[in-house]
Amino acid sequence: MGSFWEYANPVKFTRMAETVLPWVSILATVTLVVGLVWGFFFTPDDYRQGSTVKIIYIHVPAALMAINVWFMMLVTSLVWLIRRHHVSALAAKAAAPVGAIMTVIALATGAIWGQPMWGTWWEWDPRLTSFLILFLFYLGYMALWEAIDNPDTAADLTAVLCIVGSVFAVLSRYAVNFWNQGLHQGASLSLDKEENVADVFSTPLYIAMAGFVLLFIALVFLRTRTEIYKRRASALLARERLG
Amino acid sequence: MIALVVRDLRLAMRAGGGFGLGLAFFLIVTVLVPFGVGPESTLLSKIAPGILWIGALLACLLSLDRIFALDWEDGSLDLLATSPLPMEGVVSIKALAHWVTTGLPLCLSAPLFGVLLHLPDQGHKWVVLSLLIGTPALSVIGTFGSALTVGLKRGGLLLSLLVLPLYVPTLIFGAEVARRGIEGLSTATPLLMLGGITFGTIALLPFASALVLRVNLR
Repeated sequence: MGSFWEYANPVKFTRMAETVLPWVSILATVTLVVGLVWGFFFTPDDYRQGSTVKIIYIHVPAALMAINVWFMMLVTSLVWLIRRHHVSALAAKAAAPVGAIMTVIALATGAIWGQPMWGTWWEWDPRLTSFLILFLFYLGYMALWEAIDNPDTAADLTAVLCIVGSVFAVLSRYAVNFWNQGLHQGASLSLDKEENVADVFSTPLYIAMAGFVLLFIALVFLRTRTEIYKRRASALLARERLG
Repeated sequence: MIALVVRDLRLAMRAGGGFGLGLAFFLIVTVLVPFGVGPESTLLSKIAPGILWIGALLACLLSLDRIFALDWEDGSLDLLATSPLPMEGVVSIKALAHWVTTGLPLCLSAPLFGVLLHLPDQGHKWVVLSLLIGTPALSVIGTFGSALTVGLKRGGLLLSLLVLPLYVPTLIFGAEVARRGIEGLSTATPLLMLGGITFGTIALLPFASALVLRVNLR
């Protein structure tokens, strides 16, 4: 095992992905199944929320991923801009749709939970609003990738968009906080606070969160590998046309 | 630099539609809203500042793709890139010219359109003030979006998809200033935030715009 930057080499990256991918996939499946089944069938109903509380096992991990995927894209975009490693740019491209879907899942499960609990599908609450805005950022990012033909130009432009977008996403987060008071409950899952979700609920939740993270890692490996293959295929085609 | 400002302004005036089109669009939006929500004056006066802000934002958006598109087509953008003026300067000048041709007329005409929407009397100065402070940010952010999509054949829709989320904070604080001003609440906090966004974008975003423009010209 050499330096981390070795995997900027596409060949080394795909070889590594090949060996890691099956393990991560299996691990993701196991943790997801354990976490979700435990959460859905082996936890007691909340005394006020009834069984709707169980949507938390999808909602919270999806919301967690929605934000962290964008953060990962920010890091890989910076790596691309600074060190010009193609794999990094492709990883950002590969992660974006996953993040967008996670955002949609978080919004949709939140709406399904909010209907019986808050009595409304949608509320212009700061957290909900900023997630919607985050989703718009994902859409714009993916649309820009699709719109540009030259892969290097596309990587550069989307990387800059990701960085500028991150700043504005944070700004929007605080702006909507200022704009409307929240209905969404605060975080009840932390290491340093006294009052947390009870252990019976939080243990399967942690497992489900780990499952979502592993699922994301597996998907990004798979999709980045696919992007590398696609790039290689188009390079081969171009060479054939020349020759 | 001044020559470039003068050139852009003159082009916008003579090309027809640069100056007037944004204003006309703003007028259309303000006229259409009462048709949509009904002519009730209490409701209209309540939503007037928001409508004026959204109208200004959309009018701004409409004229964004002109910022670089024409210069890109006839090659003068390449000339500008090779001129001694740094790219950041070119981008800032372009944003300034865009603001003078769209943002400024919108600010000045907002009180007039406010009358159509039964904007309360004390609201006029707040709407104008918030637009005056906020629209430069719209122009600078829009220039960034325009620079991102300059090479694309049909960049218009993509441009709005990219730029509109970036407009969110400006819109929130701008409309909040106007709303609080009308209700007689303290406007200091949103006003400072709005000013902060405007100055922050003016200071930092030209670097990003220049970077993407250089990539697009590569």
